[in-house]
Amino acid sequence: MIREQEMTIRFAAYPENEQFARIVITAFLMDLNPLVDEMADIKTAVSEAVTNAIIHGYENCMGEVTMTCKKQGDLITITVLDEGCGIADIARAREPFFTTKPEAERSGMGFSFMEMFMDEIHITSERGQGTCVEMKKQLHLQEGSS
Amino acid sequence: MEFQYETKTGCLRIFTPREIDECAASEMREEADMLIDNYQIRHLIFDFSNTEFMDSSGIGMLIGRSRKMGYTGGSVVAENLNGRVQKIFTLAGLPKLITVVKEANHD
Ligand SMILES: Nc1ncnc2c1ncn2[C@@H]1O[C@H](COP(=O)(O)OP(=O)(O)OP(=O)(O)O)[C@@H](O)[C@H]1O
Ligand SMILES: [Mg+2]
Repeated sequence: MIREQEMTIRFAAYPENEQFARIVITAFLMDLNPLVDEMADIKTAVSEAVTNAIIHGYENCMGEVTMTCKKQGDLITITVLDEGCGIADIARAREPFFTTKPEAERSGMGFSFMEMFMDEIHITSERGQGTCVEMKKQLHLQEGSS
Repeated sequence: MEFQYETKTGCLRIFTPREIDECAASEMREEADMLIDNYQIRHLIFDFSNTEFMDSSGIGMLIGRSRKMGYTGGSVVAENLNGRVQKIFTLAGLPKLITVVKEANHD
């Protein structure tokens, strides 16, 4: 039988909470004993999605970010949701080096990293409603892990 | 802030923190620019010995400092990257802008 577990956290859109989100996902996946590289990939993807929600979704204004983490056996699904400004052109936003904030020294690599480090990424967004980023990754478990 | 630095005649070495995310990157950006201007820095070294994690916020900050140094003909070097940070550098094309050195040469 595949073991399933799901967890949701909701936190204020402060940049300090990016670290909190990384700690939470690390703790959530700990019992699966993921490879160091896979853990780093997931941590980076979470950091990118949460940072985007905070700095683009809410433009550093008040708001809340919801992160849901699910494990189904060794399949990990993470969604990061904001109720912020939404993305005008999703296809464009996904292009490497595309950013709407070059003056803030953004590099436009966030979505590229999410794509490179996770197996799948789905973005849904609506102007003025918010953005939801769903990412999936299949872990390659080490021997001796549960 | 957990990052430290050394300056010596036009040379600034910044010891980057354990994790470089948006918070750390914006503090580093501010502090580095202040130091670069105050000490007339011509040679900027980022020492990544302590850094285990960096996301795209760090990339933007590094590209920005490389630009700033470029205006005055200064140089930017990154040293002691661990495997993970090296990977992020490569994927973002940073080695085209910043010289990556394997070993530190504390002179
Ligand atoms: N949650 C979001 N809400 C609104 N807009 C977003 C959101 N996430 C991304 N975007 C838009 O998509 C663009 C691309 O995002 P991406 O993360 O790839 O780059 P960036 O955040 O601009 O730069 P970097 O991630 O390198 O710091 C952003 O510039 C922004 O316009
Ligand atoms: Mg981003």
